[in-house]
Amino acid sequence: MFYREAGQYKASYGADQAIFPIAQDRFVVLAGMAVAFLVVPFLASEYTYRAVLIPTVILTLAAIGLNVLMGYCGQVSLGSGAFMGVGAYAAFNLAIRLPFLNPLVCILLSGFVAAAIGIAFGIPSLRIKGFYLACATLAAQFFGDWAFLRIKWVTNHTPSGSVNAPPIQMFGYDLSSPTATYLIALTITIVLGLAAKNIVRGHIGRQWMAIRDMDIAAEIIGVRPLFAKLSAFAVSSFLIGVAGAMWAFLYLGSWEPAAFSIDRSFQLMFMVIIGGLGSILGSALGAIFIVLLPIFLNQALPPLGALIGWKISTATVSHFESMIFGALIVFFLVVEPHGLARLWSVAKEKLRLWPFPH
Amino acid sequence: MGFFIEVLIGGLLAGVLYSLVALGFVLIFKASGVFNFAQGAMVLAAALALVRALEVMQVQWHWPFGLALPAAFAFAAAVMALIAWAAERLVLRKLVNQEGIILFMATIGVTFFIEGLAQTVFGADVYPLNIGLPKEPIFLLESLFEGGVLVNELDIWAAVIAGLLVAGLAVFFQRTRIGRALRAVADDHAAAQSVGIALNQIWFIVWLVAGLVALAAGAVWGSKLGVQFSLTLLALKALPVLILGGFTSVPGAIVGGLIIGAGEKLAEVFLGPSMGGGIEIWFAYVVALLFLLVRPQGLFGERIIERV
Repeated sequence: MFYREAGQYKASYGADQAIFPIAQDRFVVLAGMAVAFLVVPFLASEYTYRAVLIPTVILTLAAIGLNVLMGYCGQVSLGSGAFMGVGAYAAFNLAIRLPFLNPLVCILLSGFVAAAIGIAFGIPSLRIKGFYLACATLAAQFFGDWAFLRIKWVTNHTPSGSVNAPPIQMFGYDLSSPTATYLIALTITIVLGLAAKNIVRGHIGRQWMAIRDMDIAAEIIGVRPLFAKLSAFAVSSFLIGVAGAMWAFLYLGSWEPAAFSIDRSFQLMFMVIIGGLGSILGSALGAIFIVLLPIFLNQALPPLGALIGWKISTATVSHFESMIFGALIVFFLVVEPHGLARLWSVAKEKLRLWPFPH
Repeated sequence: MGFFIEVLIGGLLAGVLYSLVALGFVLIFKASGVFNFAQGAMVLAAALALVRALEVMQVQWHWPFGLALPAAFAFAAAVMALIAWAAERLVLRKLVNQEGIILFMATIGVTFFIEGLAQTVFGADVYPLNIGLPKEPIFLLESLFEGGVLVNELDIWAAVIAGLLVAGLAVFFQRTRIGRALRAVADDHAAAQSVGIALNQIWFIVWLVAGLVALAAGAVWGSKLGVQFSLTLLALKALPVLILGGFTSVPGAIVGGLIIGAGEKLAEVFLGPSMGGGIEIWFAYVVALLFLLVRPQGLFGERIIERV
């Protein structure tokens, strides 16, 4: 009844190509952003910030990055954790070695370092694909783990291997409170997320999708696989790298290489699959889901177990978590390969006809 | 020189164990074209089932070791059969005709599910496993080198078991009815179906065989290192072995495992110190990647390969 596009005429090419062509969509997006920026800071507690909001926002950006590569360009990557690590350590080194740079500038610049490394590890994708490429990106992951731990220059010769982020500040103001951190992360994620949305709508994104759907056909109609694949690796690594730098500077504060292990890669992959391959919105939904599910299970399982007289420990909860993730991956791949994002668009379709589905 | 040989032999014997895991991958890939990431999780599940059943039978039921061991193996085999059935029924059958990479991601889901389930049911601690294999260190070639070459007897048994397994599988594939059907399915699904081979049944059998190989690998690794979660990491080590040996070749899995095992130990001992140590974790992958550029089908793989 309320979700109608009837009567909304597009009078210019600009309107026709708008990112949200339906007025109600624009309204929902703007309202959502207003809530996220203006209302949430007054409601959220410190716990909510640390446990839910900041990780969700940062991992959303990382999931968007992986989705660019996996969902849009069809190149499977198991090395996204390492690319987050590249971003984090690049930002750390920029901050240490160029002390006059603002930490936030370091975060953004680190994306370019990650993009360069991403292109280097993307080169094998020109010759191989599928499992072989997955193995190659796994090599990137393990090499990254090793480099962060063993190459002393990367950690600035810290004896313990653990490094600290500089305090976040701008124009002399201290921005390390949870609210400020959340707002910074949200701003960066929304700006880069919208940029990604526009890239995948444009001619570069169409090239990626052509390569994903059938590489040979794409080549015949004039898509250069070299350019398309490497640009996907570059954009994806840039986004993942910035997310990694934010994860380190805004969320962790001080971290060890284990923060960017292969578990992180799998976590991001789950977000992309559950959220929806080839959807920016899906990346956000997947990130929200994957961050919230363990918190929910931790709260809900022990009382449930107590009901049937089974004492559930934290370890058991984490095993349940892994079982549920595994089952969900298979479920979504079998039933709904386009993930939560597809469920959302189905709901929108239904809403357009409601309440009179002819 | 004695030290070099000692490292080499140690590496080769570790490689035998990689081969055991890689073997499971190859079997499933050959028969169903599925790249089964869950092989490592199956090793963990099999080893956990074995060690826990053995413990219950010996400690609680007071069965003698000679009776408990076969019974525990039978129990673990039954668990693997259950996993094989569930994997075929609930995952593979639903994803028939999907792209390989979708199936690959589905097996990652299966991996997490099996890991979670096995640890919920059987416990998540480190369990020492004793299946009666001797563990004494022995010295070889003492006449040739001073002090001889130190070898763990368990590793030699592992090599023997791997050899027997490969011989057994070769006979199974070449001489039996089911083996022929498996090879037919590997060659061409549609053609195999048209001559009356039931695909679903074949897939179950091949997952079962891979499960039993996982059980053997789990038993050997478990008695060497104790049954623990890190066994699943083996699956990741088996990937470079596969690239090196070829995805479809049983002898390739063995030779690839030996090369990777020996190569990474030698690299760790002789190159590692100059690079800060710990290069074991990525050396195998880098070797595999370089190899991929030269010979993408692996040492013994079939030439047909998906490339861009």
